[in-house]
Amino acid sequence: MKIIRFFKYAIIGILFGITMFKSEAISWFRIYEMFKFQSFHMYGIIGTSVISGMILVQLMKKDKIKGFHQKKITFKDKTMGWKRYLIGGLIFGLGWGMGGACPGPIFVLIGSGYSIFIVFMLSAMLGTFIYGVLKDSLPH
Amino acid sequence: MNAIYEFLIVNPWPWWFSGLMITFIMYLLLFFGKSFGMSSNLRTMCSIGGGRLVDFFKFDWKAQVWNLVVAGGAMLGGFIFIYCINPNPTVDISPETIQSLKEININVTAGQVSHFPKEIFNWDNLFTFQGVMFIVVSGILVGFGTRYAGGCTSGHAISGLSNLQIPSLIAVVGFFAGGLLMVNFILPYIMKL
Repeated sequence: MKIIRFFKYAIIGILFGITMFKSEAISWFRIYEMFKFQSFHMYGIIGTSVISGMILVQLMKKDKIKGFHQKKITFKDKTMGWKRYLIGGLIFGLGWGMGGACPGPIFVLIGSGYSIFIVFMLSAMLGTFIYGVLKDSLPH
Repeated sequence: MNAIYEFLIVNPWPWWFSGLMITFIMYLLLFFGKSFGMSSNLRTMCSIGGGRLVDFFKFDWKAQVWNLVVAGGAMLGGFIFIYCINPNPTVDISPETIQSLKEININVTAGQVSHFPKEIFNWDNLFTFQGVMFIVVSGILVGFGTRYAGGCTSGHAISGLSNLQIPSLIAVVGFFAGGLLMVNFILPYIMKL
């Protein structure tokens, strides 16, 4: 059954949504505070996640931690280059600092009843669409 | 038992536990042969929403439905939190931050800080200069920037750095440069207009 196959992803999403609230990472104020260097909180979250993530990924690559049905977990390397990452990253950072929400939290905020973030999400879709249109004329 | 309940349900999670939970979410997705990346959903939604006139959106979006289900779950998670766990969550930001916010005309009281400045993010404010900047322009920058960079906080900062990807490190440097620039130099200016 297809529905059952997708059910686990819904559970993972729910866990993500609750984590965004419980960690306060969803908060515009926490993002502001991070970029003002006025608290360790967000750096602690991202730092813990990256360090534990590195250990996890290394163990997966050495096949010490396996996936579903004992399958080896594989990773795709990102395409090399720097322009798209630096310029794109900079543009995203400007939006993140002002809107205080990256794509994950946008969904969580909408679900928690803050309907104004639907406009934010539609704007983000528009931004993605603009990228799709301009893609070939941008440096990558 | 009570202590565990207090830790998990009642109180906000400490930073280290939050970080481990985010890694656990990444683990679950990798376990099922997927990857952790939220901004891809914006592309998929554009594709479904008729963006298929543009080459970039002509891809098999059906293979991305699992990720839309994650995003739907995230919405449900937010709903469950507000309606079942804590209807009035507050954020414990530092006194320095409260002071800095005052300087840019955002007034909050310690102990009563909600998740975003409600005087900025609301429907009545949408058609003012400030509303357009905070809600529409920042949304466009987020959507454009994440796709240009090929990922957001989940895809580059968490997944990419975990996998020691140099491109992700460059992207994260960009994220922080942009955020620092916005919060420290541009935001005070926008709030004055």
